[in-house]
Amino acid sequence: MSETLLVAEGLTRVLAGEVPVTLVADVDLRIGAGEFVVIRGPSGSGKSSLLYLLGLLDRPTSGRLLLDGEDTSTYDEDQLAGARLRKLGFVFQFHFLLPDFSNLDNVLMPMRRLGRLDRDAQHERALGLLRDLGLAGHERKRPSQLSGGQRQRVAIARALANEPVLLLADEPTGALDTKASANVRDILRELAHDRRCGIIAVSHDPDFASAADRHVELLDGRIVA
Amino acid sequence: MNLYADIALSHLSSRRRQTVASLAGVVVGVAFFLAVSSLMRGSERDFIRRLVDTAPHITVSDEFRTARTQPAVLAYPQGAVHIARVKPPVDRRGIRQYAQRLALIDALPDLRAAPVLVGQVILSFGGRDEAVSLTGIEPARMAGVSTIDEDIVAGSLKALDIDPNGILVGRTLADELSLGMNDTLSVVAPGGAVRTLRIVGLFDTGNVNYDRRQTFARLKRVQALLNRPDAANSIIVKLDDPYRAREVATHIEKAIGYKSVSWQEASQNILNTLMVRNIIMYSVISAILVVASFGIYTVISTVVMERTRDIAILKSMGFHAADIRRIFVIEGIVIGLLGSLLGCVGGSALMWVAQQTQVTVPGQATPVNLPIYWGADQFALSAFFALLSAVAASYLPARKGGAVQPVDILRGAA
Repeated sequence: MSETLLVAEGLTRVLAGEVPVTLVADVDLRIGAGEFVVIRGPSGSGKSSLLYLLGLLDRPTSGRLLLDGEDTSTYDEDQLAGARLRKLGFVFQFHFLLPDFSNLDNVLMPMRRLGRLDRDAQHERALGLLRDLGLAGHERKRPSQLSGGQRQRVAIARALANEPVLLLADEPTGALDTKASANVRDILRELAHDRRCGIIAVSHDPDFASAADRHVELLDGRIVA
Repeated sequence: MNLYADIALSHLSSRRRQTVASLAGVVVGVAFFLAVSSLMRGSERDFIRRLVDTAPHITVSDEFRTARTQPAVLAYPQGAVHIARVKPPVDRRGIRQYAQRLALIDALPDLRAAPVLVGQVILSFGGRDEAVSLTGIEPARMAGVSTIDEDIVAGSLKALDIDPNGILVGRTLADELSLGMNDTLSVVAPGGAVRTLRIVGLFDTGNVNYDRRQTFARLKRVQALLNRPDAANSIIVKLDDPYRAREVATHIEKAIGYKSVSWQEASQNILNTLMVRNIIMYSVISAILVVASFGIYTVISTVVMERTRDIAILKSMGFHAADIRRIFVIEGIVIGLLGSLLGCVGGSALMWVAQQTQVTVPGQATPVNLPIYWGADQFALSAFFALLSAVAASYLPARKGGAVQPVDILRGAA
């Protein structure tokens, strides 16, 4: 396996309450650059919860998470947000594009927030990403003017805007038809292999899972395979 | 444009109707704030201007603030015997050696002073007796310290110099007694002296009471009439800068000993009333803006609730809580700024309309336009208040927006 991107050690997440609910229990995981991992499991098995933990959207109750060699357990909210901005990209089941902005502006948003590139370079990169994902000609349109598959591709372009080391996808094909699903699946696989971007996807679509390098089976919050 | 402003504007334009309604609240608030405050401030300034113009800036009177020290105490400051119930020495009324004291005051810069002797006399004409106040003046000096010269509608102040038996009376009194220019009338002093004076001028100050009860004659004539040769009972001082009155009055009092009262001191209760009035006014018109800010609170709260999904996605993208807060505070600032701007325009329109409105003040004969103060400070003040309440109103929902946890929203949506 190539260089390690992400290491999870004993990752546990318990939802506090009158009856505490364990969402994720004692998960050890190691993801390398360019690896395409699919987390599978029945609904309620804690797939999404694990993904949120790995994506720094949620904090583990116990356990450690190292991203790019750095221990994130001591990070405060802003540091977590900063890490998400620089190193991670998200794709969700529903595209979650901002409806009032054009597709181009949606892709530009993370870059504008980060401000690593100047304005022209940001535009160039955003246009390039949209073109690579087969969305040339749709830059000025609103997300509502696109099909579901196209929107999901805009969302992928947005997730890739800041050149993340790791892309996290939560049921990226869950709301798409077969053809669009296959398209998104192929794009993600190419990303992993050509851009050396780590990809962790949650899916219970067997077709999608077949494209992965590795599968992680989850049951009741524990890795079973 | 700035990323946060972009997002803020997209939110506001997606909620156009509500945004416009909350904007209208601010516009109306600022406009009324301006209209009311300009009218109140205008009337206050108008009032003070009248006060300052018509009343002396400083009146030096023939009194002392504290009784003078007894000669015995001066002679024996360490005296062992205390004599109780010593009456203060009885002075003859009037400022002693007023000419020398006047010279002292005259030596001070940027002021004009005039000695006057005021007495109560009875005007007798055609079988009617009217008790009036007769003020002995030196016309040339009086012109420098009072606006009476401007209020003369017939004859002149200088005519008193030409005719030593001249008298100036108010038009109201002249009308009541059907007197006219050059008519003669009898003046009876409290001591019994009677003089026949001739009307050499009529004045009309607009204050009916004053025009009925006040008359003027030459100082020398009044001194003779009241049997107070070479006396004046007050010195009237007018300053180039009326707001220095307090300080100059203190100075004069120290220099010459007689009680010197500035117009501020004399009108203390009026000035206090004006201040209380200002406090009431500003609390009421600020309340309008506070009410307007509830509109801003509502629209931004609505946007925050509607946009939790967008907030979640922005935060998952790496936006900080502070970035999210900034977006919503910008929305408040946009409404506040736009509202202030339009409110200032609307307020100016209201102020202009008010300025065209004529009213007749009780006690005044001629109608006057409503006094409007156009100072830039109140425009700034109303805009500042509007902005402040807009920021405060948007900060609460903004904080809520910043606290959105993306996971909570994503879990719900998935």
